[in-house]
Amino acid sequence: MIQTIAFYLFATIVIASAALTILARNPVHSVLWLILAFFNAAGLMVLVGAEFIAMLLVIVYVGAVAVLFLFVVMMLDVDFAALRAGFARYLPIGVLLVLVLAAEMIFAVSAWSAGAIALSATVAPIPAEVPNIVAIGTLIYTRYLFIFEGAGLVLLVAMIGAIVLTHRTRSGVRPQKVSDQVKRRPQDAVRKTDPLVGQGVEL
Amino acid sequence: MSNTASLLLTLPELILSVGSIALLMVAAFVGDKATRGISIAAVAVLMAATISAALPMNGGGVAFDGLYRADAFSGFAKVLIYVAAAISVMIAPRFFARGGALRAEYPILLLLSSIGMGMMVSSGDMLTLYVGLELQSLAAYVLASFMRRDARSAEAGLKYFVLGALASGILLYGISLVYGFTGTTLFDGVAVAFSNGLSTGEMFGLVFVMAGLAFKIAAVPFHMWTPDVYEGAPTPVTAFFASAPKVAAMGLFVRVAVEAMGPAASSWQQIVIFSALASTVLGGVAAIGQTNIKRLLAYSSINNVGFALFGLVAGTEEGVAAVMTYMAVYIVMTLGSFLCVLQMRDARGEPIETIQSLSGLSRTRPALAAAFAMFMFSLAGIPPLFGFWPKFLVFDAVVGVGLWPLAMVGIATSVIGAFYYLKIVKTMYFDEPAASYAPVTSYTEGTLIAVSAIIVSPAGYLAIPALGAASLAAAKALF
Repeated sequence: MIQTIAFYLFATIVIASAALTILARNPVHSVLWLILAFFNAAGLMVLVGAEFIAMLLVIVYVGAVAVLFLFVVMMLDVDFAALRAGFARYLPIGVLLVLVLAAEMIFAVSAWSAGAIALSATVAPIPAEVPNIVAIGTLIYTRYLFIFEGAGLVLLVAMIGAIVLTHRTRSGVRPQKVSDQVKRRPQDAVRKTDPLVGQGVEL
Repeated sequence: MSNTASLLLTLPELILSVGSIALLMVAAFVGDKATRGISIAAVAVLMAATISAALPMNGGGVAFDGLYRADAFSGFAKVLIYVAAAISVMIAPRFFARGGALRAEYPILLLLSSIGMGMMVSSGDMLTLYVGLELQSLAAYVLASFMRRDARSAEAGLKYFVLGALASGILLYGISLVYGFTGTTLFDGVAVAFSNGLSTGEMFGLVFVMAGLAFKIAAVPFHMWTPDVYEGAPTPVTAFFASAPKVAAMGLFVRVAVEAMGPAASSWQQIVIFSALASTVLGGVAAIGQTNIKRLLAYSSINNVGFALFGLVAGTEEGVAAVMTYMAVYIVMTLGSFLCVLQMRDARGEPIETIQSLSGLSRTRPALAAAFAMFMFSLAGIPPLFGFWPKFLVFDAVVGVGLWPLAMVGIATSVIGAFYYLKIVKTMYFDEPAASYAPVTSYTEGTLIAVSAIIVSPAGYLAIPALGAASLAAAKALF
């Protein structure tokens, strides 16, 4: 029973917050709605007994969203003073969101301890005796090795692409040349002089 | 099957991966000075992969518990893909030399893209399909915007990326629906589940997967990215887009349709019929008003994909064999056309892309005009040129399953297409000469044009027995 309620709660909020992500006029709000969507998607994963994927969603995506947030702040002209102006006015909504998230976490944990949702017979069974992470690991490195390596190549292409498209050698920069620095001997760089009083040193 | 035996079956991918990573090391340490050497090595690696891909035609097998298949079908498609990729490497240096934009990553990205395309045509599982597709697409996005100082190239890359990501999303949604309702991502398993009739969820999955794949072959109604990307991307890259990835995506489309969704043929047939008809009509009508030769060839590729899809509509061995023959002849015609486009440059060496500039080419450059005219006649499917033969095979297969009306409409649309191909020939032969192009300085390009012109000439008919046998063997591997 609790699982069903939790499922509908998470599913509704995922859809609503995903819609608000693209409907919100303020990019910062969009990012916040996106985070809410990710948290709720993670909740859905917990419900089907895939706690490892739930963790990944939170850790990877919320981490990525933090970067995204940074981009929004850097790239777009967002007036933070104007945003902050309504802090007291919008405080109740903020508190409400916090409460919703807290309630969800409690729901998720209790639903999880009550057992995962019974899935239809067509879905591949989840091994009961080993944790998720072990089950995924054994599959990725044995049965799906070929695809795992392929995914590695995809990442390699992404890296090459990022470098090809953005890297350029700038003229007029003065980078550190370590070998030149190491090669430099004291006798090339240091000159001992014995200046007379009142004459100073010629450099 | 042990991992070693599986790995041996993936020999073409193995050669390409090791080769591309080794060349990447050279590029990283030597820099752009090594570009020439890397290009030559990349062509050699592609040739080695071609030979190893042609081998499993006599045997082959299933590797990694069904994730990967090496059969006559994948062998045939891979030979086409790798050869087209090798030609795309060969034609690049002179084009990029002008802006100093040829960097060592160009051949390497083509190699990595070829790995993805090989995975696509060899896939036996939705996951292999997706990873291969992403590998190919990601490299293609980078290649499209390779001339990053050129605004049009950057625009092409961005447009391709955004729309490609959308298509990947659609495809992935379809795959997840198929997985959710059948409980497996293996093509065989999906086929078993589909043979008991389609549930609504499976139907949705099928439609989304088809839509995602239709985007990759640029079939109507998922074609809108093609003209812009083809126009903006550097010409050698456009030549690549129009050849190798088209074959890979078409091979993948056929494999998914026949192997995974074969039992649901009556459901996807109507989708493919609509897409084929719409592609041929739109590819023909929209091309008429174009003034840019690369945009025109983009519509021509949409048009040709439509004709190839007619073979899939038939859904028989003959139909699939016709699709493969069509793709083989199509890449020769399209690479030949783009090689001619590469020769279109003014006295200062700047590329020209207007159709107007082709005026009177028969008087200033008779050989080039003759070759270009042959490619155009061949693309239009006018006998006795070789381009007629695959069109004939495709419609023969459609008639073979009794779809007479469809074949009639298809032939009518090919007449619309013939109009704009002939318009180019008319511009070259009957208009007052425009300013002459710079002379051909590259022996490679001249030779490649000559070879492709000979293949599309009536002499190409000599290849029919060999090509037909290989196509039929490829098609038999799927049924």
